[in-house]
Amino acid sequence: MADTYYDPKDLKNFGNIKDHNPELAEKFFNWYGAVFKEGALTAREKSLIALAVSHAIQCPYCIDAYTVDSLEKGADEEQMMEAIHVAGAIRGGASLIHGVQMMNKAKQVSM
Amino acid sequence: MKTAKKSLLAKGGQLADTFIQLKVLNGQAQNTKQFEAFEDKLKPLNLFPLKPTDIEIFQINVGKMCNQVCKHCHVDAGPDRKEIMTQATMQLCLNILKNSPIKTVDLTGGAPEMNPNFRWFVKEIKALGKHIIDRCNLTIINANPKYNDLPEFFKEHEIEVVSSLPYFSASRTDSQRGDGVFESSIKALKSLNTVGYGIEGSGLTLNLVYNPSGAFLPANQQSLEQQFKKQLLDKYNIQFNSLFAITNLPVSRFLDYLVSSGNYDDYMEKLVNAFNPTAAQGVMCRNTISVGWDGFLYDCDFNQMLDLKIENGQPAHLSNFNLEQLQNRNIILNQHCYGCTAGAGSSCGGETA
Repeated sequence: MADTYYDPKDLKNFGNIKDHNPELAEKFFNWYGAVFKEGALTAREKSLIALAVSHAIQCPYCIDAYTVDSLEKGADEEQMMEAIHVAGAIRGGASLIHGVQMMNKAKQVSM
Repeated sequence: MKTAKKSLLAKGGQLADTFIQLKVLNGQAQNTKQFEAFEDKLKPLNLFPLKPTDIEIFQINVGKMCNQVCKHCHVDAGPDRKEIMTQATMQLCLNILKNSPIKTVDLTGGAPEMNPNFRWFVKEIKALGKHIIDRCNLTIINANPKYNDLPEFFKEHEIEVVSSLPYFSASRTDSQRGDGVFESSIKALKSLNTVGYGIEGSGLTLNLVYNPSGAFLPANQQSLEQQFKKQLLDKYNIQFNSLFAITNLPVSRFLDYLVSSGNYDDYMEKLVNAFNPTAAQGVMCRNTISVGWDGFLYDCDFNQMLDLKIENGQPAHLSNFNLEQLQNRNIILNQHCYGCTAGAGSSCGGETA
C-alpha cells in the first residue's frame, strides 16, 4: 500500500482495472479509444477538452496524461492555459450562478 | 530562458563521448533502464539483418560548425565546433557522384553554409545534374551580411530548402533553439518567400521541419502542417510547401537533456511502446548513405554522430566507395533506432508510415 493517495506510476497501470471485470473494462477502453479519434473535432481539440475537464474534475492522472497528449497533438502552453481558463470559468460560473438561488431564497424568507 | 552557448564537447559533458552515449542507450550506465534490443523487434518482421533498398540519397554532413546551439542537437554542433569538410573531401564526393545513379544530394551540418567551400560545392554538384537539398537553420541568413544573399543563391541553383521551425510561436521555438531564434527565423522565411521560395507555382521548394521541444512525440504531420500554414500565413504572411514532423532521437545533446531532466526512461519506453512495423519497413537508412565531414561513411546521420561506421569489412570511407557493396551491406542498428520507428515513423523527410 502506498503512503500517498496518488502515485504517478499508477497511471501506467490503468489497464489493470480489467482484472476484476474484463468485459466492462474492454467496453470502456474501446469506447474511450473511439471517443478520442479524429472526427468532427480534431484530435488536438479533443485533447484540449480532455485537459480542461481534467482540471475541472481535478484528476492528477488525467492532468499528467493530457498535458503530454496535448503537446503530442501539437498544442502549446498558451492554448493549454486558455483551455484551463475555460474549465475555471465554468467552475467559477457554476458557483456564482447559485448566487441567484441564494438571492431568491433570501428574498423569500426576508421582509 | 537560458540559451546554451557551448557544445557538450566544449563544456566537457560526459555524453559528448559516444562510448558513454551507447552505454546509456544499452542500459549499461548507472540509473538507466535496459529496453528490448531494437534488432529483436525487427526479427519477427524478417527485417533483420536490415538491408538497404535502393540508395537514392547521398547525405553529406559538411561540418559541425553552427551559429546556433540548439538544446536537442544530435550533432552537438555550435560555434565552437571546428570540424568541417575540406575541399579535397568534397572533391572525393564529387568524383563519386559523377559516376553514380544517385540523384539527390542532401547537405546538412551544423550550418552547411558556414563551410567556406559551400557555394563552390553546390555549384559543382549542380553541374552534375543532381537535385540538392540544403538543411538551412534559417538564422544563418541573418547571422552575417555575407550570408544575406543566400536566398538568391539557393534560387539560382534551384536548391530545395529544408528548415527547422519547431513551432509557430517564439516561446517553444526559442526554448529549443535559443533566444531570438524565432524572430530571426521569421525574418529569414520572409526573405525566402520574397525570392519565391514556398510560393505556389514558383517551383522553389521550402519545407519546414517540426520537432518537439521536449520529451514527447510529434503530432500528426498533416494536422501540424495545417496549423503551421494557417498560423504563419495569418500572423506573418509566410508561406511554405510541406511540413516534416521529426522525432527527436536520443543522441548527443537530446540524450543529455533526457538524462539530466530525468525523462530518459519514460521517453525510451514511449519510443519502444510506439514501435510501428510499417515505419520499420520505411526507415531512411535503407535508401541513404551518410557521409561525415572527414569522409567516413555511415548508415545515417544519427549513426554518424554515435560514430557507428558502416558495417565492418565494407568500404567505410569515400576513398574506397563502392555502391554495389554498400547496396548489400547490413545496416548498423542500436537502441536509438527506436526513434525512427515510433508512431508514424520519422526520417529527414518526416513521417514514414
